[in-house]
Amino acid sequence: MSIAAKANALWEYANPRKFLATSERVLPFFWISSALFLVVGLVWGFFFTPDDYKQGSTVKIIYLHVPSALMAINCWLMMLVTSLVWLVRRHHVSALAARAAAPIGIVMTLIALATGAIWGQPMWGTWWAWDPRLTSFLILFLFYLGYIALWEAIEDPDTAADLTSVLCIVGSVFAILSRYAVNFWNQGLHQGASVMRAGAITGTDTTEKVSNVFFYPLLTCIIGFVLLFIALVLYRTGTEIRARRIKALLARERVNG
Amino acid sequence: MIALLLRDLKLAFRAGGGFGLGLAFFLIVTVLVPFSVGPQSSLLATIAPGVLWLGALLACLLSLDRLLALDWEDGSLDLLATAPLPLESVVTIKALAHWITTGLPLVLAAPVLGVLLNLPGPGFGWLVVSLLIGTPALSVIGTFGAALTVGLKRGGLLLSLLVLPLYVPTLIFGAEVARRGATGMEVQTPLLMLAGITAATVALLPFASAAVLRINLR
Amino acid sequence: MMPDLGKYAETVLSSYAASIVLLVALVVFSILRGRKVRAEMEKIEQRMSRNG
Repeated sequence: MSIAAKANALWEYANPRKFLATSERVLPFFWISSALFLVVGLVWGFFFTPDDYKQGSTVKIIYLHVPSALMAINCWLMMLVTSLVWLVRRHHVSALAARAAAPIGIVMTLIALATGAIWGQPMWGTWWAWDPRLTSFLILFLFYLGYIALWEAIEDPDTAADLTSVLCIVGSVFAILSRYAVNFWNQGLHQGASVMRAGAITGTDTTEKVSNVFFYPLLTCIIGFVLLFIALVLYRTGTEIRARRIKALLARERVNG
Repeated sequence: MIALLLRDLKLAFRAGGGFGLGLAFFLIVTVLVPFSVGPQSSLLATIAPGVLWLGALLACLLSLDRLLALDWEDGSLDLLATAPLPLESVVTIKALAHWITTGLPLVLAAPVLGVLLNLPGPGFGWLVVSLLIGTPALSVIGTFGAALTVGLKRGGLLLSLLVLPLYVPTLIFGAEVARRGATGMEVQTPLLMLAGITAATVALLPFASAAVLRINLR
Repeated sequence: MMPDLGKYAETVLSSYAASIVLLVALVVFSILRGRKVRAEMEKIEQRMSRNG
């Protein structure tokens, strides 16, 4: 199959019926494999990895913290891509996928923030520090909130899809800006304070530092989170498609009746 | 274009146009701050730049939902959309009118309120400069938010929820300039960043606002 | 069976509990809403096909 034909085949899933049929078929695979990877990864990490010499047993939080943080960002990226696809090619499934993904993203952000706060308590002696990474995640949380609120507020589905797509694109630019601004702002407050270097624990750059003992279960958990995200997006997009169809059917009924 | 600007300004200055409301809000917030944190002048001097920036930002936010809503209700927005003037210019003019009626008075009032909060001497100049550079960005970003929520009945709260996260970079750099200015540190880097953000938003965001407005007028 | 978590036991356990509760809640709410919407759609489709 040539690349163009493949690309065409991909667009076929933009047809809602085709999407529903296919997602129905592959969903069990994603549910089961994500559950498998998550259980294996978390059990492995929780029961069979040693304590870190500096952080003690709290290092086990990494198996939840890092994957959820990764997914919180990737979810927004996915929403950005599907929003662009909607604006350019007007595929309804794409817009609905973005809508379906947003609550997943906000829960992932919440998990990352919660585990981070619980982890920070014994490590830094405080639940919350205005560390650049933590602050950026809080801002990301606000962006998710605004995005979801806008979807909920607008009646007409196509208008809502258009407006949220534009908001997602503009929001992405401002989210990146905020990330740099926050970095700058905190340096301005604490010039090279030691807490800030400890702040590097919270981020993905830990993966480079941690040894293989921690890395393989972490990788398993990350794969599990990715699979769970895919399963949830497919399932929730299906729900959104059906909800949309209900709306259309009811509107037709009103016209006929 | 100039006729539109003059019309917007005239409407704002007329009774009930909301002119001065933001200014009064700014004054009240500033007066309330010492009541909430205590009257020690050293503490007030430390937080003054940040409080003044936050007050100005909130005052700006307050007047946003009137920015397009009135024109939406009486249908003049539909007329403007079909006028030969591109919608991008219309939203830019709207943002400019908002800045002249809200942002500029805030900039001028800020030093007076700075006296109330015991702002250190060198801070006054930098506060005015940072607000002067930063408030246009607030107006332009606010216009985008107003365009997003223009069709909604009770859009005010949603508007704040959408706009406030977008204000974060401007607030950070603007308040940083004012704070560094007040403590006598170098201000060049945050000042340049602030100017860059304002220039970029003024240049690019009207396109997004116009696009959003077209969707809402469909 | 339970590994020795030392003095950080509460920290580790509470973060696992919080995360798992959030994840399970997300999955459960997604599925509940999905079921409801699907049932409603089928009902309406049946009604429509009966009425022609």
